[in-house]
Amino acid sequence: MENKLGKIKTVEEAMKYINDGCTVMMAGFGAIGTSYVLCQAIYEKNVQDMTVISLDAGDVGVGLDNLVCNRQCRKLITSHIGFTKGCVDLYNAGELEVEFSPQGTLAERVRAGGSGLGGFLTEVGLNTIIEEGKRKITVDEKEYILEKPLTADVAIILAEKADEYGNLVYSKTARGMNPVMAKAAKTTIAAAKEIVAAGSIDPEEVVTPGAYVDIIVQERGEWNWPWM
Amino acid sequence: MDVKEKMVKRAAEEIQSGNVVNLGVGLPQKVANYVPEDKIVFLHAENGVLGVGHAASDDEKDPDLVDSGDIPITVIPGAAYFDSAESFSLVRSGRLDITILGALEIAENGDLANWMIPGGTVPGMGGAMDLARMAKRVIVVTMHTDKKGNPKLKKKCTFPLTADHCVSRIITDLGVIDITHEGFELTEIFEGHSAAEIAEKTDARLTVVANPKIICY
Repeated sequence: MENKLGKIKTVEEAMKYINDGCTVMMAGFGAIGTSYVLCQAIYEKNVQDMTVISLDAGDVGVGLDNLVCNRQCRKLITSHIGFTKGCVDLYNAGELEVEFSPQGTLAERVRAGGSGLGGFLTEVGLNTIIEEGKRKITVDEKEYILEKPLTADVAIILAEKADEYGNLVYSKTARGMNPVMAKAAKTTIAAAKEIVAAGSIDPEEVVTPGAYVDIIVQERGEWNWPWM
Repeated sequence: MDVKEKMVKRAAEEIQSGNVVNLGVGLPQKVANYVPEDKIVFLHAENGVLGVGHAASDDEKDPDLVDSGDIPITVIPGAAYFDSAESFSLVRSGRLDITILGALEIAENGDLANWMIPGGTVPGMGGAMDLARMAKRVIVVTMHTDKKGNPKLKKKCTFPLTADHCVSRIITDLGVIDITHEGFELTEIFEGHSAAEIAEKTDARLTVVANPKIICY
């Protein structure tokens, strides 16, 4: 592979962008769609004091759960932590800050952040504790909550296939938040199971255009799925 | 037939051919087992599938393919995959015909509490707030009382709400109760139970339709 844009890098080079105190978007649903190689590299570098934006906290012993239980996260912005006892215990003990957002609202906040928007209006959460401290806006006599966009320093993406320009395709439910988060960070790092030359992916099949992707690394390894 | 099987069998009768349906984790998920095969139903999993099939056998398990409860699944011919933002666009824009959810409490005005008990563990609401608020029809499948025997159907919810004024029908181990402008209305009773028993186990006014249907399975 020529690596014409120089986007294909080693995991070590990619890790220079993930440092103490940074905000990280990590895709995955029960860790399905979470890059093993990048999550493990963050674990091994022992990056501290991270704020992580993720739909959930992974599952027992897989994905974000490992980073949370290793005390590397200061705060999670998420919709659900219930699959991971370690995470729930840290939250209950007051050692982990958690901002809960309804799952669809969280996904749309990231989409808004990745689309250059100042937020969006939604009915979800009206008359619940979710509306506390948020602005309400009435449009055509209908009331909505103003939800603000989310962005991050780095997004950790898992793709089934990447070309050297960063065009990405995904696999089944490992897609999840990956295409949404790939747009919303200053630096987007995609780990791909297969890296191919530009022109190898049919433009009709590209899900994430390469312009959103800064760094491509080779995905390696596999989670030890508790449910397989 | 065990009582929970009766509840999910009755819930499955709510689903029409062509419906887009989301089933909550736990008991609601079992509704899928009772949808007749001649109906074309598109089961939505909020993690990014429309067209969930049966649970995957050991041979069929694929680490990239699970439902919203992290259960390995298969998909039906004609299924579609999409990202999480797209998944909830589908929900909010009115394409989701029915969601079937569990409950901690339901109020007589249709308020639903199903995500958090104050002072207890807080797992997070996942997609429940989005689904309860935005599905065209919200059906609750739940035991009529909690484990201590306290009524779950109340005048007002005491736990934090998932969404207000959202539930249209409740299927319990005792019968089927609709939410109307006048509050809870009992329309069907499982064989072996009575309207008087159900009223006693309901912590709000319960009206009963003339000649409620007796459900015998």
